[in-house]
Amino acid sequence: MNVKTPSKLEKILAAGHLAVTSECGPPRGTDPEVIVKKANLIKDHVDAINITDNQTSVTRMSSLAACIHLKLLGLEPVLQMVTRDRNRIALQSDILGAASFDIHNILCLSGDHQSFGDCPQGQNVHDIDSMQLLQTVRHMRDEGKFLGGDEIKRPPQMFAGAAANPFADPFEIRVPRLAKKIAAGAEFIQTQCIYNLDKFEEWMRLARERGLLEKVSILAGLTPMKSAGMARYMKNRVPGMDVPDELIKRLADTPKEKQAQEGIDVCVESIQRLKEVEGIRGFHIMAIEWEEKVPEIVERGGLYPRPEVD
Amino acid sequence: MIVADKKPIEEIIEEIKDNQNILILGCNECVTVCEAGGKKEVGVLASALRMYFLNNGKEVKIDEVTLERQCDHEYLEEIREGIDKYDAVVSLACGVGVQFMAEKYHATPIYPGVNTCFLGATEERGLWTERCQACGQCILARTGGICPVSRCAKRVLNGPCGGSTSGHCEINKEVVCAWQLIIERLTNLGRLDDYEKLAPVKDWSSDRAGGPRKVIREDVQQ
Ligand code: SF4
Ligand code: SF4
Repeated sequence: MNVKTPSKLEKILAAGHLAVTSECGPPRGTDPEVIVKKANLIKDHVDAINITDNQTSVTRMSSLAACIHLKLLGLEPVLQMVTRDRNRIALQSDILGAASFDIHNILCLSGDHQSFGDCPQGQNVHDIDSMQLLQTVRHMRDEGKFLGGDEIKRPPQMFAGAAANPFADPFEIRVPRLAKKIAAGAEFIQTQCIYNLDKFEEWMRLARERGLLEKVSILAGLTPMKSAGMARYMKNRVPGMDVPDELIKRLADTPKEKQAQEGIDVCVESIQRLKEVEGIRGFHIMAIEWEEKVPEIVERGGLYPRPEVD
Repeated sequence: MIVADKKPIEEIIEEIKDNQNILILGCNECVTVCEAGGKKEVGVLASALRMYFLNNGKEVKIDEVTLERQCDHEYLEEIREGIDKYDAVVSLACGVGVQFMAEKYHATPIYPGVNTCFLGATEERGLWTERCQACGQCILARTGGICPVSRCAKRVLNGPCGGSTSGHCEINKEVVCAWQLIIERLTNLGRLDDYEKLAPVKDWSSDRAGGPRKVIREDVQQ
């Protein structure tokens, strides 16, 4: 399979391996050690590390700066970029800046609304949306041009990704929306956390029937639950999350001090089951502020050691 | 129409408390429909202010006038005679009316009596909701007649975003997700296939981004 960028993630997928990615949130301060420490916990067990972009609209160190710290450690970052805070000038400019540091992966998102974060009175930008950001990345890379039409000297070489929520409303467009993201230029997809495996497999089946899985690499998103309380919170409070009652019951029926371990077990079982699903190309393990558990999940999921590519 | 809401009376008092002759100026158009600045609201505000000044031992004369429109020279001219006797005017028109007054009567201080909110409609008495942000390049033909610019919290043109849940917007369960409405509407029209057409990057130069806007129609100019 041909690769279009120097991205390690792209090469791993092209070689037919199941990819493993994870994510780190930058600190609410200037200490680079925070990001370095988190990255060191997971670096041998993942192929690439997403850096979130002011997630849940809480102001943090910039995603680009944190990606550069990873790059300086010789790691492979995935630059998350939301369209909430920057207009088309700033987005294109940051893409160039990232590419100048040989950051070769980007995940295009719209971002949570600012009302969730620490600046609910701020403006939002939304000059372009996440699909149009995908188009922009591909345009800059493939045409070597800015949105304004001018030529880019040494165009950015970025492997373009998007998020997808297989459980999102309205249900009629779950698969059409994936098709649209692919048409906009998505080459890889990291999904929303999957807890309802039956429903996810159904989404995969519909995507497969439409021939979408040949055009895009789906990385199944997983977040281990730390407790029954977290599972309930995710079900009731987090928009677009599908947490089956059986899972909540399984955690609730486990003694409190063992619930975290049970959550890890659930995550590992999910990997084992989803590995068998046709069209799954990898896993995106989001262990939120629980990075130290990623190695165990990857190893027990049978995804270790990670392949070498050049 | 333009939808406005009443300003808290304390805010109005703070602006005008040192004046002796005050005109409360209403408008018979949009702000009358949304019950923020018509004849009735002029009367209510004037009475409340009279009461306030009386209780504070101040002698202040407050007049009430409601014009057909404040965004029109012709109607604003109606108060030219006599405007000089006021040392403050509180306009209950939208921001356009307030500014037109200020442009016309240079020597008279003018204060806004309402907060101008949005372009919207009356859903039911006492409930007004936004429908348009006057982006200057209407895309309703593509979105089944539902506006994602004004009704989606992120102005997403290829929606919905991942936060849409059971028909509600991620910002609030009371807010309907515009993209849910668009998809329902396209479905009803048998046009769901259109959903997959990518909306191109929008030209916002006709929106607020392009600076103050103007419509020039030579065919109707004299
Ligand atoms: S697309 Fe623009 S002009 Fe049309 S309704 Fe929406 S904001 Fe108004
Ligand atoms: S939930 Fe719907 S209305 Fe709200 S921001 Fe997302 S797409 Fe827009």
